[in-house]
Amino acid sequence: MIVQFKPSALGQTRWYEYLVRFLLGGAMTVVAGLIAARFGPVIGGLFLAFPAIFPASATLIEKHVRERKEKAGLSGARRGKEAAALDAAGAALGSFGLGAFGLVIWLMIVQSPAGALVLAAASWLAVAVLGWQARRWL
Amino acid sequence: MLEYSLRFLAGGIAVSAFAALGDTLRPKSFAGLFGAAPSIALATLLITLSQKGAQFVGLEGRSMIVGAFALAVYSWTVCVLLKRFLLSSWTATMAALIVWFAVALGASAALFQLS
Repeated sequence: MIVQFKPSALGQTRWYEYLVRFLLGGAMTVVAGLIAARFGPVIGGLFLAFPAIFPASATLIEKHVRERKEKAGLSGARRGKEAAALDAAGAALGSFGLGAFGLVIWLMIVQSPAGALVLAAASWLAVAVLGWQARRWL
Repeated sequence: MLEYSLRFLAGGIAVSAFAALGDTLRPKSFAGLFGAAPSIALATLLITLSQKGAQFVGLEGRSMIVGAFALAVYSWTVCVLLKRFLLSSWTATMAALIVWFAVALGASAALFQLS
């Protein structure tokens, strides 16, 4: 399956939905920082992989697909849930990339902070995309 | 206060940017990869690095591996709740947070011997 880039999909999201994501993302980043300051890096690091905006994103996906199907005169309830489930399956694969990100940071950050951040980001993308591709081959 | 304002701004921008990128990609399973993007980590690691040092960030990275494993289990659980039990997205994603906490804290306790 070919990966497609559709900028027009951005128009489906309303301004207040962008605002909710921004506020949730910002709030979770502050909370992760507070947890790390209070309980230390071992507990704090866990929250760098907390599904902060996952509930909001999945709800938006379900709502957008449902609305699109209902506009076409179809029952969109089930299709909306299926689209959100597919997104969740992708996130499960992407989590392995996130693990690779953490691994590179753990092993390299003391020796080369800048190099570790760049390599960690590249590792996240490579592992996530390879995982997604491998699942399609299996 | 300035540190936390910066964290809020950086986190909000990073999370929104990755979410918007996910919105534009098809198929949905590929777009979902961006739901597990290191958005909060990228937004905060530089700040943490300057405030607490590389050793601290390294330990956060190690815990992040466990958090990512918990996120994989969480996402899979959400997928099952949506497909098998036909729960709404909001109910499924909120209910599955219990799984994230159980796996993340349980695995951390086992691996890092938290007291």
